[in-house]
Amino acid sequence: MLEGKTALITGASRGIGKVITETFVKNGARVIINARKDGSLNEFVNELTNRYKAEVLPVYFDVSDPAGVKNGFKELFNFTKTLDVLVNNAGIIEDGLFNMVTPETVENIFSTNTFGAIYCSQYASRLMIKKQIGSIINIGSIVGDRGMEGLSIYSGSKAALIGLTKSLSKEFANENIRVNLIAPGFIDTDINRELSQEKYDHWLSSVKMNRIGTPQDVANAVLFLASDLSEYVTGQVIGVDGGLVI
Amino acid sequence: MTNKVKLMKVFSDALGIDLSEVHDNLEYNTISQWDSVGHMALIAALEKEFDVMLDTDDIIDMSSVEKAKEILLKNGIKV
Repeated sequence: MLEGKTALITGASRGIGKVITETFVKNGARVIINARKDGSLNEFVNELTNRYKAEVLPVYFDVSDPAGVKNGFKELFNFTKTLDVLVNNAGIIEDGLFNMVTPETVENIFSTNTFGAIYCSQYASRLMIKKQIGSIINIGSIVGDRGMEGLSIYSGSKAALIGLTKSLSKEFANENIRVNLIAPGFIDTDINRELSQEKYDHWLSSVKMNRIGTPQDVANAVLFLASDLSEYVTGQVIGVDGGLVI
Repeated sequence: MTNKVKLMKVFSDALGIDLSEVHDNLEYNTISQWDSVGHMALIAALEKEFDVMLDTDDIIDMSSVEKAKEILLKNGIKV
């Protein structure tokens, strides 16, 4: 589904980003994958190269650092000159009651989850404008739309991505660049595996489809938005949540 | 074609103005064609013609034809 397309996936060293990467590779994309820590993608790149004979470039930068993003995109540009798909997946989560949140936490969460997506989209969209085609996919969260006690800052950072998605979809429609957001619900990730049994059961009981979502469920929706199957879809927030009620 | 001619042609084509109107002192927002929309078209055309990727800061700083030459020089393109 992605033959001939080049994609950048941020935050690809683990969890949902890793599964999105593997899904893209299986579907024929050339991928550039990003993580913060130098060398942290080496093993994954070897695995993808050996298993799928894939062309994979790891690029290390912190999405919250504008200078790092700039250098990362220069490296990408020298490697490929082109970009068809950007998946703004890098994100961090921290919970805490609203009046217990420090300014440092607020800054960290917004810098990575929101500002990072903005900086990467600025560079990516310029590569896409040249080609007059592209797909930007933001990974949001169900709580960005519905809210959740104890996750006010994280929710705010993801809600901002909804506004960004809808505005960019309008600004870039004329350039044939589509911008959409995937809003995962309760997904089987390291963070959710660390929840107390009580919290885990509470979340699970709120899912109408009676199962936790998998990273592959999210990756499949991202694949749809990256592919030409969604060529007339833009400005949308697509929940991948099994009917989660919160 | 020299880089100078290429640059002038990019400005002329991207902004939809006559080649004779392109000179070093031509500045952003001094003609109706070089507004923010025209500017983004100009950036795309420059990046395509000279095969470079400009920094976001440079895009904002590129306020004249002369400034465009400086920015291209910074990217290894002598005009």
